[in-house]
Amino acid sequence: MKTEFILAAAEAVNAAILANEAEIESLDREIGDGDHFINMKRGCATIVSMREELATLPPDTALQKIGMKLLSTIGGASGPLLGSFFISMAKAVKEQDTTSLAGIAAAFAAGVEAIKSRGKSDVGEKTMLDVLIPVSQTFTRLAAEGVERHDLLEVLKREAEQGMRSTRDMIATKGRAAFLGERAIGHIDPGAKSCQVIIQTVCDLAGRH
Amino acid sequence: MKKFINRIDDLLVESLSGFAAAHRDLVTLHLDPNYLTRAQKPNNKVALISGGGSGHEPLHTGFIGYGMLDAACPGHVFTSPTPDQMLEAAQAVENGKGVLFIVKNYAGDIMNFEMAAEMLPFENATVVTSDDVAVENSTYTTGRRGVAGTVIVEKCVGSLAETGADLAACKALGDKVNSRTASMGVALTSCTVPAAGRPTFDLDNHELEMGVGIHGEPGRRREPMRTADEIVADLVDAILDDLKPPQDSEVLLMVNGFTGTPLMELYVLYNSAARLLQERGLHITRSLVGDYTTSLEMAGASITVCLLDDEIRQHWDSPVHTAALRWGK
Repeated sequence: MKTEFILAAAEAVNAAILANEAEIESLDREIGDGDHFINMKRGCATIVSMREELATLPPDTALQKIGMKLLSTIGGASGPLLGSFFISMAKAVKEQDTTSLAGIAAAFAAGVEAIKSRGKSDVGEKTMLDVLIPVSQTFTRLAAEGVERHDLLEVLKREAEQGMRSTRDMIATKGRAAFLGERAIGHIDPGAKSCQVIIQTVCDLAGRH
Repeated sequence: MKKFINRIDDLLVESLSGFAAAHRDLVTLHLDPNYLTRAQKPNNKVALISGGGSGHEPLHTGFIGYGMLDAACPGHVFTSPTPDQMLEAAQAVENGKGVLFIVKNYAGDIMNFEMAAEMLPFENATVVTSDDVAVENSTYTTGRRGVAGTVIVEKCVGSLAETGADLAACKALGDKVNSRTASMGVALTSCTVPAAGRPTFDLDNHELEMGVGIHGEPGRRREPMRTADEIVADLVDAILDDLKPPQDSEVLLMVNGFTGTPLMELYVLYNSAARLLQERGLHITRSLVGDYTTSLEMAGASITVCLLDDEIRQHWDSPVHTAALRWGK
């Protein structure tokens, strides 16, 4: 993993989140409290604005700085969750070889694990983890099997899409939508949607690199 | 959207600056990270720190001062504050007896305060408020929301902390008051988060949202508009079903406005709720009516009942001097 790729991903994700404003906002208005998109936008803009500061840093330090910055700028539940993701991923990147897909999968898994433990949540609770956990598991498995990069990225995008859609029929047991009970059924979770957009964008970018 | 705004990005800091200037005898504003402290730092007491998303004013900034909070950390509108705010606030107000955080039960608030607590170099504890009975199913692991009852917790724990009581005692009183307090709200209109620019939900002219949260989150159900007495009867039933107060209990009755409902109507709600509580054999010996835990410009209100005992009554009655609550001093 290179810092250059992290910065390019930040730019691309920022653009993709902005391009999906209408959809993410309307999902959050239906079952959230209306601040999810604003928080995501603030987080993306913050990372993009750190470009110069990050450019000369090794990838693990860059990820660590991103995590700490998100923690102090996003607020809400997204701040600690996404902050923990980057901080744990940074630690994993420092500790292992991320020139291989297996190494990147392990670093990603470490980040997802941090979200699970900080949010005390797991798959099936109508949250971003319904996208992140299946994507992470598939990533680890395909990387271990040595699946070709392009095919792997396509599978991950499909997995993210499927995970996002799976939240539609769930009752939320975590997050703001948990207060809605059965009324949340039939609505896709906005956090799961944002994560799907992010994974799709990063996979597309990785495919071109 | 029609609101008094210069630039949306400046709204929070301009509002905090105005608040701090208007109440400079009581509070001092610190920016980047944002937190407010008492103007004069007290000695030899547990430092009480609360915080949460903005848009619920006077919660929590309006309760900084003698007999209540030592500091408050305001987040963006309806968004919890971040750990760096709580850390700096704690550094500023800790004075040797530890820090007690008072946190409303929302996933974001819990996580941000939890991360701050993990990094804090002082002895600390947390009281989580969860007085909203609108969330019916207890299997929701997020649990009940913290709403207007938080004001009663902050008042009583604030009073105890002034006596020099230790951290464990303050935490125990906070948990006790929270367990004896139940609330439920109803919305007649939505609210508009300034940065979103549109109402958080749509409610037509003939509808109300029963059990609404203080961020405009939907509640138990949407129903046709009814008379005040009928609405209050549902709120009081839900609250008493939860609290199960013994006959002849002494209670504090709080009617809290969300901002858009005139005081005139809040007293209609009080009148109706007081009659129902009396019919159920309860004695209302303390009251609070007004806008204390608001939801931007939402029209609507919540009712809170707190089961008093000698200890809670004494701490409710003790002197307080803050921007939003002041008596006996």
